[in-house]
Amino acid sequence: MKVFVPLDSAAVALGADKLAEAIAAEGASRGVDVQIVRNGSRGMVWLEPLVEVVADAGRVGFGPMTVADVPGLFGDLAAHPKALGLVDELPWMKGQTRLTFARVGVIDPLSLDDYRAHGGLVGLDRAKAMTKAQIVAEVTESGLRGRGGAGFPTGIKWKTVSEAPGEQKYIVCNADEGDSATFADRMLMEGDPFTLIEGMAIAGLACGATKGYVYIRSEYPVAIRVMEAAVRIARDAGVLGAAFDMDIRVGAGAYVCGEETSLLNSLEGKRGVVRAKPPLPALQGFMGRPTVVNNVISLASVPVIMAKGAAFYKDFGLGRSRGTIPLQIAGNVKRGGLYEVAFGLTLGQIVNEIGGGTASGRPVKAVQVGGPLGAWFPPSLFDTPFGYEEFGAKDGLIGHAGLTIADDSTDMLRMARFAMEFCAIESCGKCTPCRIGAVRGVETLDRLAAGDSSAIPLITDLCNTMKSGSLCALGGFTPYPVMSALTHFPDDFAPAREAAE
Amino acid sequence: MLDSHVQNDRIAEILDAHHGLEGPLLPILHAIQGAFGYVPDSAIPQIASSLMLSKAEVHGVISFYHDFRSAPAGRHVLKLCRAEACQTMGADAVAGRIKAALGIDWHETTADGQVTLEPVFCLGLCACGPAAMVDGRLVGRCDEGVLAEVAK
Repeated sequence: MKVFVPLDSAAVALGADKLAEAIAAEGASRGVDVQIVRNGSRGMVWLEPLVEVVADAGRVGFGPMTVADVPGLFGDLAAHPKALGLVDELPWMKGQTRLTFARVGVIDPLSLDDYRAHGGLVGLDRAKAMTKAQIVAEVTESGLRGRGGAGFPTGIKWKTVSEAPGEQKYIVCNADEGDSATFADRMLMEGDPFTLIEGMAIAGLACGATKGYVYIRSEYPVAIRVMEAAVRIARDAGVLGAAFDMDIRVGAGAYVCGEETSLLNSLEGKRGVVRAKPPLPALQGFMGRPTVVNNVISLASVPVIMAKGAAFYKDFGLGRSRGTIPLQIAGNVKRGGLYEVAFGLTLGQIVNEIGGGTASGRPVKAVQVGGPLGAWFPPSLFDTPFGYEEFGAKDGLIGHAGLTIADDSTDMLRMARFAMEFCAIESCGKCTPCRIGAVRGVETLDRLAAGDSSAIPLITDLCNTMKSGSLCALGGFTPYPVMSALTHFPDDFAPAREAAE
Repeated sequence: MLDSHVQNDRIAEILDAHHGLEGPLLPILHAIQGAFGYVPDSAIPQIASSLMLSKAEVHGVISFYHDFRSAPAGRHVLKLCRAEACQTMGADAVAGRIKAALGIDWHETTADGQVTLEPVFCLGLCACGPAAMVDGRLVGRCDEGVLAEVAK
């Protein structure tokens, strides 16, 4: 009997480890030989822990499982109260276009044989037969843009590094996924680490870089463990070696280190303070040498592009947003999780049709798209198609494609205040508008909460100053959640005054 | 408290084990905190001289990052996520009740040294919030029931 029990953090946080123990114990007591594979998550977090049992017809899902449901797995599977049917046939799975996440949840994350059997290393093998310029051209042609949030064309960044002079160049993977509502990097690293390794190895070939680092946030212990093990396995198998090798580095709880220049400083062992650009990291990055800094999902999308060709990938999407995007649906939502799909779904489709509305059953009040630095969207903007330019045109951003859904009990003034408070806590301190502006922002919003409406022009002015006077997105984008809350939910910003009247 | 010679020797071992790394300071600090539970002030000159940095630079790095402690934590460390996705699922209220039950605020340790309470901004469990971490173990859909785990 072969059983899949996810090792994914979300599944573990909901009891997957205890479940795996219980399944092993139950099998032993019944004299049944049970092979337990700890896989990644299929992304249906509301069904986690989701256990799969291999049957003749395919993999049958059961979830959300508790230890009490375990004995039933050894009886009539169809009659099991948590039976979901074939996992691949569930609407959540069938509606997706899984390119980057094709193997996540499917394979044993630490089996290189499994990885190969599911199309792994085809892209790297193809890249090995190409010139640097050909690889760069293929990635450029695919239309892949930085999935970390900035949306910069990946191929152009690679071209700069590839053509830069320098004996030693680096590929640095930004796995400091600190934005609330985002967990795609984590799921990918936990569920299919070799895809990231392969993407980095291809980047190394394209740019002439022989050394790579993955900078993973310390809040992701499972991802760190899986990635470290995967790097060792890849090295032993010769996938990593003299041509390109890599190491895992662990962050230390600073949100701002998700910004590429502060990440580089942190990697060098310094305070994670933002650097001014230029010089671009592509020319003077890690240790002052040419460096590609790419997000996990950008790099992990490269193997499928190289395996199936740029045209295949580019065919998905809309406008200048090509390919697929792993949506992370989070917060107060009925069906939360990861849903990879071509760009172009409307926000309303994502929230209501895929997510199923709120978990609380109350009306949706607002959706924050793109993490703590993203704008809050009201239902009146639910017709916005999911794409870089489309969200930009509505004074928002897609960021790392995380969506926090909030119901009508949410106080938007409080959320705006939190954005400023978070910026004040996490500011690296380099730019005055961020370091001091965020503190003044909290105070100004407190004045508003106390009924002083004269603070509205002040907070607007402060947001403009932060926007144009900060080097990085922390100070520069904190105004997005603040101003979007103020613009779309003005009633929440006048409670005390109304009460007084 | 460890004998200072024992401590110095252990730190020297850690420094030695990280010799030759590019940008070794964060891995070193993580290893020291892993060994002692915090980064003792007395380690700073030793690290500084080994890496040819000033003591101020090493102190500056330790104090920049939320993870590094200059003093030991309580027996258990309870981290509660304060970020937006968890807030929409009632994280603020859960944190309020936990603070009241423990009688401490963020970054404080109970008088008996049992629990240190810390905020964390995102554990990547945003579709099963509120999220918590108890001594490194992840907890989804957390409520004040999590206190049972730190009472042991």
